[in-house]
Amino acid sequence: MWPYLLKRILATIPVVLVVMVIVFLMLRLTPGDPAANIAGDAATSEDIAELRVKLGLEEPLPVQFAIYAKNLLKGDFGESFYYKRPVMSMVADGIEPTLSLALFTIVIACLIAVPLGTLAAFKQGSWVDRLIMAFSVIGFSVPVFVIGYVLIYFLAVKLEWFPVQGYQRIGDGVAGWAYRLILPATALSVIFIALIARMTRTSVLEVLNEDYIRTARAKGLPQSKVLLKHALRNAAVPIVTVIGIAIAILISGVVVTESVFVIPGLGLLTLDAIQGRDYPTVQALILLFSLVYIIVNLLIDVAYTLLDPRIRY
Amino acid sequence: MSPIRYSIRASDTDMSDNIISEESAESVDYSHQPSVWSRLMRNPSVIIGGLLIALIVSLVPAAPFLTPLDPTDISPRNRNKVPGFETIHKDDQGNRYTQVAHMGTDKLGRDVFARVIYGARVSLMVGLLVAVIAVSIGLFIGLIAGYFRLVDAVVMRVMDGLMAIPAILLAIALVSLSGATLFTVIMAIVIPEIPRVVRLVRSIVLAIREEPYVEAAISVGTPTPKILYRHVLPNTIAPLIVQGTFICGSAILLEAILSFLGVGVPPEIPTWGNIMAQGRDLFQIYPHSIFYPGIFLTLTVLAINMLGDGLRDAIDPRMSKEI
Repeated sequence: MWPYLLKRILATIPVVLVVMVIVFLMLRLTPGDPAANIAGDAATSEDIAELRVKLGLEEPLPVQFAIYAKNLLKGDFGESFYYKRPVMSMVADGIEPTLSLALFTIVIACLIAVPLGTLAAFKQGSWVDRLIMAFSVIGFSVPVFVIGYVLIYFLAVKLEWFPVQGYQRIGDGVAGWAYRLILPATALSVIFIALIARMTRTSVLEVLNEDYIRTARAKGLPQSKVLLKHALRNAAVPIVTVIGIAIAILISGVVVTESVFVIPGLGLLTLDAIQGRDYPTVQALILLFSLVYIIVNLLIDVAYTLLDPRIRY
Repeated sequence: MSPIRYSIRASDTDMSDNIISEESAESVDYSHQPSVWSRLMRNPSVIIGGLLIALIVSLVPAAPFLTPLDPTDISPRNRNKVPGFETIHKDDQGNRYTQVAHMGTDKLGRDVFARVIYGARVSLMVGLLVAVIAVSIGLFIGLIAGYFRLVDAVVMRVMDGLMAIPAILLAIALVSLSGATLFTVIMAIVIPEIPRVVRLVRSIVLAIREEPYVEAAISVGTPTPKILYRHVLPNTIAPLIVQGTFICGSAILLEAILSFLGVGVPPEIPTWGNIMAQGRDLFQIYPHSIFYPGIFLTLTVLAINMLGDGLRDAIDPRMSKEI
């Protein structure tokens, strides 16, 4: 297993490099002078020229990239033009809300989707199955901000059961923290419920046709034991795959959900940075989100080897 | 739409092209299953999705007949009116008539119904253009990457890198950096979609190039472009139709998200995302300018996804196992 893991980790290096190059070039190759953008409308051309030198924009591109990469390796993600703070300290502030939202969402989604998908597989072809699959198609199509506003309007504005928007730090009380996360996490979880339920159904169905399930049934094991011990565990590999797809949706979902529910996390920070043309912050955040994606996919590959003893490299 | 008879198995017989003329090859159904067309017509998901799409597409030419109002006309006197609000106008002959705002008006007094109906034009156009451009570019890169090993290593690393950047962030950054116009929005949505097409095409090419009929074609000295065109390309069509449908759906969604977040199509162009973006401030009192475009957006994406699911099951049963 170890040689495989090492090889897999090494394989992520070129991908990370490519992401760095893309993020780096995105700023340099799009029309418009970043220095002029940073300096603002009131700047004179001398101001801009001075800023160009200061930002290293007069150096040739490969040199600029080398400086950029060197700073990244030192953990220096640059300083926000707007807040004059290191980007990393702003990111540190945003991690808690974003992670809370993501965790809540995944927990809600798994709690609902895995039983639904398993049920649909067991009752394949029945009206229960059709209903669950119909929901899955719909859940996949409703944009998260539409669900968010529907939930806000009915549960927060009309019924006043939940606060409309906002976030409470976990340090200020776990109850309030959880209470304020219910609506955004529910809105974001809909698409995951659809995705995970569908995948669970497919893989459970596949496993149910296997010989060892028939054997387990033939020897008189109760239905629940067949399901939990034999079917679900073997169906876990495709379910883990789906988590890889889910993380991509989760990142974009977080950006939109944080905007709708005004949660001061990384998504809202990214949007603010983009609207304020705060390039170092934008660069750092895109790079960071991409790294999360790459690392999660790495972990998934590791999880395969642990979950399914048949997979050996 | 003519029946699509391509299936992975049908191409096994491509070697006999010299014996059977193109025409008769077309008319023979190689898969020993009911034809794709009849499978499509029996698939409820295709029927419902297709009908819904037809209905929404019909809004494009029908918009001027459905409402006499201009979607960009502001009317400060009639700001934020609830759905069903009536105004009384006089026509050229002096006759009075009432104009009903079916979906209310927005904060500038523009008619939401007119904006939603005309918004369909932009949303559908973005979806279609993104699908066509992304599939064309992805097909080209995928064919080359799949067939030429040297190019493959480099291209796929770039694609992996592109795929690692969240589509929405890549699109937002591209639009905000290069200025929000309809063109940049379309390109910003196309770029994150390309790697997905490339991967699909490449995987098909890799499988096809090992087929005996390709080996045979190589052994008789068929030039590479002809092999790609004659043997490889036809095998990519069915999966690409399915993939293109899904891309169309996600492009419409992404365009709406971009506009909704304020980094999309310029705000004066009515799109579903823009209407919702402009309704955000007053949402708690006047939810209609978010709900109506939201319903249309959801129905459109739903219809396209249903059609895509159905197409996948009917055209390419092998793909239906994957997500």
